[in-house]
Amino acid sequence: MDYLGKDIFSIHESLVNGDITAEELTRQTIENAKKNDEDINAFVVFDEENAIKQAQEIDKAGIDPDNVLSGIPVAMKDNMLTKGVLTSAGSKMLSNFKPIIDGTAVAKMKEAGTINIGKTNMDEFAMGGSTETSFHGKTKNPWNLDKVPGGSSGGAAAAVAAGDVLVSLGSDTGGSIRQPASFNGIVGMKPTYGRVSRWGLIAFASSLDQIGPLTRTVKDNAVVLNAIAGKDEHDMTSSNKEVPDFTANIDKGVKGMKIALPKEYLGEGVDKDVQDAILAAADKYRELGATVEEVSLPNSKYGVAAYYIIAPSEASSNLQRFDGIRYGYRAQDAKNLEELYVKSRSQGFGDEVKRRIMVGTYSLSAGFFDAYFKKAAEVRTLIIDDFKKVFQDYDVILTPTAPTPAYSLKDEKDPITMYMNDILTIPVNMAGLPGMSVPAGFSDGLPIGMQLIGKPFDESTLYQAAYAFEQNTDFHKQDPKMGGAQ
Amino acid sequence: MNFETTIGLEVHVELKTNSKIFSPSPVQYGVDPNLNTNVIDWGYPGVLPSTNKGVVKSGIMAALALHAEVEKHPHFDRKNYFYPDNPKAYQITQKDTPDAHDGWIEIEVDGKKKKIGIEEMHIEEDAGKNTHGNKFSYVDLNRQGTPLIEIVSKPDIASPDEAYAYLEALRERILFTGISDVKMEEGSMRVDVNVSIRPYGQKEFGTKVELKNLNSFNYVRKGLAYEEKRQQRVIMAGGEIQQETRRFDETTGKTVLMRVKEGADDYRYFPEPDLPALDITDAWINEINDSMPEMPASRRQRYVNDFGLKDYDAMVLTQTKEMADFFDAMIKLGADPKMASNYLQVNVNAYLNDEQKDLSETEITPENLATMIKLIEDGTISSKMAKKVFKGITEGKEPKKFVEDNGMVQLSDPAQLQPIIDEVLSNNPQSVEDFHNGKDRAIGFLVGQIMKQTRGKANPQVVNKLLMASINK
Amino acid sequence: MSEKISKETVSHVASLAKLELTDEQLPYFTDQLGSIMGIFDSLNDVDTSNVEPTFSVTDQINVMREDVADNWGQRDALLNNAPDVSDGLIRTPTIIDESGD
Repeated sequence: MDYLGKDIFSIHESLVNGDITAEELTRQTIENAKKNDEDINAFVVFDEENAIKQAQEIDKAGIDPDNVLSGIPVAMKDNMLTKGVLTSAGSKMLSNFKPIIDGTAVAKMKEAGTINIGKTNMDEFAMGGSTETSFHGKTKNPWNLDKVPGGSSGGAAAAVAAGDVLVSLGSDTGGSIRQPASFNGIVGMKPTYGRVSRWGLIAFASSLDQIGPLTRTVKDNAVVLNAIAGKDEHDMTSSNKEVPDFTANIDKGVKGMKIALPKEYLGEGVDKDVQDAILAAADKYRELGATVEEVSLPNSKYGVAAYYIIAPSEASSNLQRFDGIRYGYRAQDAKNLEELYVKSRSQGFGDEVKRRIMVGTYSLSAGFFDAYFKKAAEVRTLIIDDFKKVFQDYDVILTPTAPTPAYSLKDEKDPITMYMNDILTIPVNMAGLPGMSVPAGFSDGLPIGMQLIGKPFDESTLYQAAYAFEQNTDFHKQDPKMGGAQ
Repeated sequence: MNFETTIGLEVHVELKTNSKIFSPSPVQYGVDPNLNTNVIDWGYPGVLPSTNKGVVKSGIMAALALHAEVEKHPHFDRKNYFYPDNPKAYQITQKDTPDAHDGWIEIEVDGKKKKIGIEEMHIEEDAGKNTHGNKFSYVDLNRQGTPLIEIVSKPDIASPDEAYAYLEALRERILFTGISDVKMEEGSMRVDVNVSIRPYGQKEFGTKVELKNLNSFNYVRKGLAYEEKRQQRVIMAGGEIQQETRRFDETTGKTVLMRVKEGADDYRYFPEPDLPALDITDAWINEINDSMPEMPASRRQRYVNDFGLKDYDAMVLTQTKEMADFFDAMIKLGADPKMASNYLQVNVNAYLNDEQKDLSETEITPENLATMIKLIEDGTISSKMAKKVFKGITEGKEPKKFVEDNGMVQLSDPAQLQPIIDEVLSNNPQSVEDFHNGKDRAIGFLVGQIMKQTRGKANPQVVNKLLMASINK
Repeated sequence: MSEKISKETVSHVASLAKLELTDEQLPYFTDQLGSIMGIFDSLNDVDTSNVEPTFSVTDQINVMREDVADNWGQRDALLNNAPDVSDGLIRTPTIIDESGD
């Protein structure tokens, strides 16, 4: 099954009508994804056996006509615990790790009737923006096989863009859902911090991580968020706020909506094509009846610096549990405990992970806490206050998702340049706000994404604004011709 | 040169909650290795802690028991270090916002009362246990996540005896809150000791030495006494105290150097992002305060002032909360305080000793014991009979029914006793004559005869009264 | 905080994090960490003297679990997936340094 040009609703109809069974759909989905993977390497592992068994059970019970997710094949990012199925977080450290539990989002997707066909590739422990640091090799961008798919949820985004699946779940700590969505011309939502339980998501930075859906269409995305959102007793930071039906107001349009366009997000460092696409999107919104006005988020420019203190600090602590003792990789030649620690961790982690662990360890170490970690946390407050101020007068903020379209796999990459690439997405995580990327243009055959940022727990308005844009543009209708842009 | 000693005590108290502090695994000992562990206790990838309300409540109870100020907005922090018994490689504890601060308890040494300040107290998770073999070490995570309260004293303790008294007072107060067993021998109370000395008049504290392996209050006192002397000798000899950790040797009573401290440990503390901050309301604190068990010192005062018990007796009764609660319950049921106190201290304690049991492990209830004491008081049974009744009580028997079933009711009715007395007197004219001739012994013989006739059931007091009346007629 | 990070500091940080850097890796990481720390300098421009730090953006406060014990029965599954176990215990190479206890 090739999902190009399709959505959950059209597949659901075929399943309900009996044009195809869940089992046939699942088999064809895996077959197609495997074929595509010869080019793009979006998957770390396929879970064919369980997927087919689950599909057979669904067929036996009958497709639920009232549940559009019933029998829909999906994919999970490799940092989300899947019971009995490899969950490596893209790392050698966990290259043998088969969890004994499902994470909450994974379990909820299962309960909703979706069928997980496998785990998608990612930057090691979600640390990166290009899916090049994975232990399982690089993933390629279906629009152009010489380009990166973005990251860290690069496999998740490439799988959807290539038509492998309609839905994948990713995680986003500083842009890891939105930036790859942007690079792959699909829809990616990072919900409000606390909207989706983090139980079973291998932690990168606990105060920033959030799970969200990557899909081909806005409405599909809302349907999936409906399924995974909500309070979870296992995650005390998950919100007990009521979860609305995110599709309820999706087609209400943007007439009278107030959209803010922060000037700092369209400045230096942002490609001309990207700027133009966002300005064109602003015009489209005006045309559809919204007000679009320039605003200022003056402290967002400190986001990268503050983020690259806070995220590595939390990560340095979160990743200490990978010590070779209870699970995961254990170095074989250790003579004593100290050697076991040092060798397991030095052999199990890649360079980018080591860099961030060291930056974080340094930022938290005696005498530096106030100057680094605390200072960054104070700057975080200022970033939040900026957003609060803008949201007093506006419903949605419109920015580019990434400063550039997908860049080349071959480029020499230094850490700083890579970190600066997250400049437009990071402030959203710092403030815990919902943010999504929606297809908004092309540059030399590569997709450009626009980012919509909302008030806390106001994903509904984001979907409403995104849907209006999608229904009045053609960007999402274009499909990659697997390497055709070369 | 004269010196003054400064002692700091850090006491870890293990709480006896049902579940662990951040996971629902049971808190329970003596079970198979790792039996009470789950993915949270293993620090599994992707799992998250969840705060146990019972632990937070226990923390507040401890704070109230130690007159400390409860922190209204506490959060948890991570303390980072690698060790196999520490599965996440960080311990969740409270650094910035301890559960409570600025408390005190009163101690008494050589008749002098003194308040010892408590700097702060915080709740945290315990680690698992490592055991060591030749080539390998082994990790059991059953204890991982057991809730602890760490109580840090102010440097107010000036002698080994004061340290001992502080630990006693602390143990007793915590014990009476019911949140912990506070038994050093079982590890539910652990003590870390710091001690320094300085010449009288010197402002700065001396260099601190840490003592380890102090497994009883007595060892704490002995270890400190030795260390006090040792440090004085070093300084008098012109030497300097170095910052070090020393181990107390139980057999020699000396402290032995373990290691010299080089620089501070770097635990890279930061606020735990996985747990929302807490908001402790006054209403909750008040509610807990209202339900706090009465502290031992206050109970002792009450026993002496209201019931006329001796200081010693009040002390014995308040050695455990169980005993004191039992005593209070008996009084509430109407038992005579002095008799209840006596019975508990003598008969009940002897029984507990013989059986090697705690009160709660026996069949003895305050209801049954109070009933028995009332039966003694109203003359239904003699104290001799009471011994049998008590045995019945230890077997779970209700005293009144036991007395009836065994035909043990004391014969106190003069109408029934008088004919027997008359008969004994007429059968023993010689003894009657002896009595009138001033031989008091004769009375004893006559009472014995009456007792024999009644098979021991006659009430001795009534018999005496009736006999004297009859013989003097 | 603008002075460049030294090789000694990087070595120290690596040892805190239980990471081993080879002789070739040390200058490489020192250089990179130096430039990463360099971007943090921009934070010096921000006046945060009256700003409270934000350590979490959860909307939750005072979330607690009732004190009810529940054994999830995961022991065997956890032990089965551990690298080395013996009689229900997790086995590690011998611990020489006792200082952490």
